[in-house]
Amino acid sequence: MQGYLGETIAAALVANGVKVFRYTEKHKRARGFFCAVGKCSSCLMVVDGIPNTMVCMEPLRAGVRVERQRGRGKLKTGDL
Amino acid sequence: MKHTEIAIVGGGPAGLCAGIVAARLGARVTVIDDNPRLGGQLIKQTHKFFGSKSHYCGTRGIDIATILEQELRKTDAEIILNTTVVGYFQPNILGLASRQEFSKLTYERLIIATGAYENNILFENNDLPGVYGAGAVQTLMNVYGIRPGNRILMVGSGNIGLIVSYQLLQAGIEVAAIVEALPVIGGYHVHAAKIRRLGVPILTSHTIKAALGREYVTGAIICRVNRNLQPIKGTEKRLKVDTICLAVGLSPLVELLSQINCHLVYIPELGGLVAWHNDNLETSVPGVYVAGDVSGIEEASTAILEGRIAGAHAFLSLKGKNPEAEKIIKEAKKELSAIRQGPFGEKAIRGKKSLWSLKPEPVRI
Repeated sequence: MQGYLGETIAAALVANGVKVFRYTEKHKRARGFFCAVGKCSSCLMVVDGIPNTMVCMEPLRAGVRVERQRGRGKLKTGDL
Repeated sequence: MKHTEIAIVGGGPAGLCAGIVAARLGARVTVIDDNPRLGGQLIKQTHKFFGSKSHYCGTRGIDIATILEQELRKTDAEIILNTTVVGYFQPNILGLASRQEFSKLTYERLIIATGAYENNILFENNDLPGVYGAGAVQTLMNVYGIRPGNRILMVGSGNIGLIVSYQLLQAGIEVAAIVEALPVIGGYHVHAAKIRRLGVPILTSHTIKAALGREYVTGAIICRVNRNLQPIKGTEKRLKVDTICLAVGLSPLVELLSQINCHLVYIPELGGLVAWHNDNLETSVPGVYVAGDVSGIEEASTAILEGRIAGAHAFLSLKGKNPEAEKIIKEAKKELSAIRQGPFGEKAIRGKKSLWSLKPEPVRI
């Protein structure tokens, strides 16, 4: 996928037609872009292996790996 | 641990103006914002503002952001971007988190100008991807030049709903309809007329009943409402849309104020829960101020004036008597009451009056 530097990851995803950013823990409901200002937590995704990243605030960078998050995501052991 | 005299949380119009005033008067000021640039929501407002010259009427929001940022950068104020204030610790300590690190900042006076967040309303499937806040639609279109969808239903006919609808039309996006639960259009008629001339129906006494779709929005059901705003059975209508935009108001972002133990009161006219504050914008916790939407939902122009008052008063309470600061406060208060004489100020006046009629509870620390 392609985007522009200076965009957020969320903006680039919307521009590429991606609507579903994650699925909720309990009811597996789809979640997407909502507030765009880092407040609502609808856009949490796994970015370069780090879960719960607010992609509406995260700047796009070349080669970044962005994955749909399921539930709460998993921290790799040794991350903390 | 770093130390500052006046810490300001939020770099929108209120925080910027508080910072400009306090730093010019001679205080050591630190402004913290979680975005990569200053300006708050002004940066997505490409339309020209109404109002009077002293609060930048006729200037686009994005240009006001640039002007205020330049003014702040001319002072000695420290600006910390990409950083969220994630907590308050006793006494007078803020926790700051950036992507790289967590740090602490101590302060003598604190101005909270965190703004507000987008309201959602109750309807079936209101969590489906494709249901966006109006601010998010403005961000996509006006900051990044990205079309949020191809055919949109707008919910809410206040000025935000009307202006964003017009901008969507300018971007070549179809607006299927604007629904408004009240029997009258909420925003300025000059905006409503422009949209109607382009053939977009503004349906008053209508609301959204459901969003359709499994993984994302593929349509919407709207219906009429009665005088008590309850849906009327049998009036449902199906619209084929891929995006639903909610412009149904904002709520003040009071989490930090609540953690600091400021006395919070529920004032519907101000957008819900707000920190009690006096006309100098000082809350029930001495030395802690509010300014802008967090003190009650209004407009950028009132946020600018409240910021000036809070900045000048924080300086006064820190450094003692100062004729220049007193003059700033006096003038801003005068302008504020003049602005609130306008058609949309009535609600704010009612809200602030009921706020001031309440006594703050003594602070428990």
